[in-house]
Amino acid sequence: MSESALPDGVERRQIEGGRRLATRGEPVYGEPTADGWRAWDPERSKLGGMLELGVETGLTGGETVLYLGAASGTTVSHVADFAGPTYAVEFAPRPARDLLDAAAPRDRLFPLLKDARKPETYAHVVEADVDAIVQDVATRGQAEVAVRNAQFLADDGRLLLAVKARSEDVTADPETVFEGALGRLREAYEILETRRLDRFHEDHLGVVATPK
Amino acid sequence: MSEDVAPDSPPDVGSAGWFAVAVAGADDDAAARRDRILTGSAASPADWPARAVEAGFTGDADEYYDRLKAATTRATREAVRERERADDAQLIHAIRAMDDAERTANELAERAVEWAGSLFDDVDPGVEGARAVAAREPEGEVERRAVSLAERAAELDDERAALAETIGRIAPAVAPNLTEMAGPELAARLIALAGGLEPLAKKPSGTVQVLGAEDALFAHLSGRAPSPKHGIIYTHEFVRGTRPEDRGSAARALAGKLALGARADHYAGERRERLHDDLRERMATIRARADGEGDAGEAEDGETEDGGAADE
Repeated sequence: MSESALPDGVERRQIEGGRRLATRGEPVYGEPTADGWRAWDPERSKLGGMLELGVETGLTGGETVLYLGAASGTTVSHVADFAGPTYAVEFAPRPARDLLDAAAPRDRLFPLLKDARKPETYAHVVEADVDAIVQDVATRGQAEVAVRNAQFLADDGRLLLAVKARSEDVTADPETVFEGALGRLREAYEILETRRLDRFHEDHLGVVATPK
Repeated sequence: MSEDVAPDSPPDVGSAGWFAVAVAGADDDAAARRDRILTGSAASPADWPARAVEAGFTGDADEYYDRLKAATTRATREAVRERERADDAQLIHAIRAMDDAERTANELAERAVEWAGSLFDDVDPGVEGARAVAAREPEGEVERRAVSLAERAAELDDERAALAETIGRIAPAVAPNLTEMAGPELAARLIALAGGLEPLAKKPSGTVQVLGAEDALFAHLSGRAPSPKHGIIYTHEFVRGTRPEDRGSAARALAGKLALGARADHYAGERRERLHDDLRERMATIRARADGEGDAGEAEDGETEDGGAADE
């Protein structure tokens, strides 16, 4: 059912005995491969989880992407495999070193050592009107980060956000945390779809939104 | 290649792209663009690929992205290298310098506003007062000195802010787990009090708990006072924000995880998700006591986490 929601360049391929999400590109983190396709593990990637669950991401392939919280480059390497120019923002130096390795063979994946809470520090590099913002930052104030970065997104662009409840407040019920985050998001975005990602990521909410 | 900005229009940091640098010569240009990527800023994004083509920086968007790729890779690689080179010794210098700058800025500001108060009306106290005085147009020698002193105080306060930013940048590289738990400033203070990351990693959590409370600890050891519940970690929200009767538990739990964090940082150098989840859950449990007051009682005191070393 979810087959139609996959962007061009993302396919379900037979890899190591199962049909798995995959993109075509250089392997990055020891993932299984077959015929040049690399398996995209939904348990290691929030966006992979959203695609696996059939969330309507609006991604079609070839778009310009701003990726916030790129970490070691696991997910963003898959994004760069099917998307167009991809800006990868990561704040911590240690994972950024691995991100550089993931970015090396991908000539439209641009690594940036920046703080996603401070978009003015990369607005001179990242272009305006990107087609999609993918956000996976595990700090408090995740909705705030998305709101501050809305300036980069095209009017009909998509925000694909994974909210981690525990990063906001472990003492609160995840539903309460998600409600709070969605409330803040609605100040800049229209929410198109939400989906609990618990099958792959405990206490995470996947959100698809577009600028208001 | 290098005439991407007209000589009469120096780049405006507020609205120019990363490629707009006003240095001649291809080598200088490359270095200047790397610096621009790392330290530049813009109020808002723009269609940089189109702007770069307009400015003659590149022939087309494809070439633009090729150059962007080369520039971001180079800039990020160098920034990563530099930040990873930052070690605990640098962090200790930075936090001590920040404290000195803060103390001195306050002292100088007090002197400057006291002086200025005798010369001008409506002088506010503190560094903010000194900033207001520094903005004045002095007349005569005495006013010039008072205003100049206020300027020094304001500049020292700027230096303190810059040092805090530097600490915020290097602490996550030096001690990722400790910094995530404690924030860059407290992480740096703990490392400074212990004399380095390695000494901190070797301390039992009970020592981490009272780092910075040496006076109270020695008073206790010589039998003059109760044992201190917390040292510098009191500044952590988990301790300060917990009601007084549970603060000892909170401090003990936090110190246990900080000790583990320091060990992970020193011996492995990698982020440990488990540690952070454990700490949050432990704090949630302790805080929940305030809600469950009455039925739960203090029965679960004397709990398990003080050693902490077993969790790894």
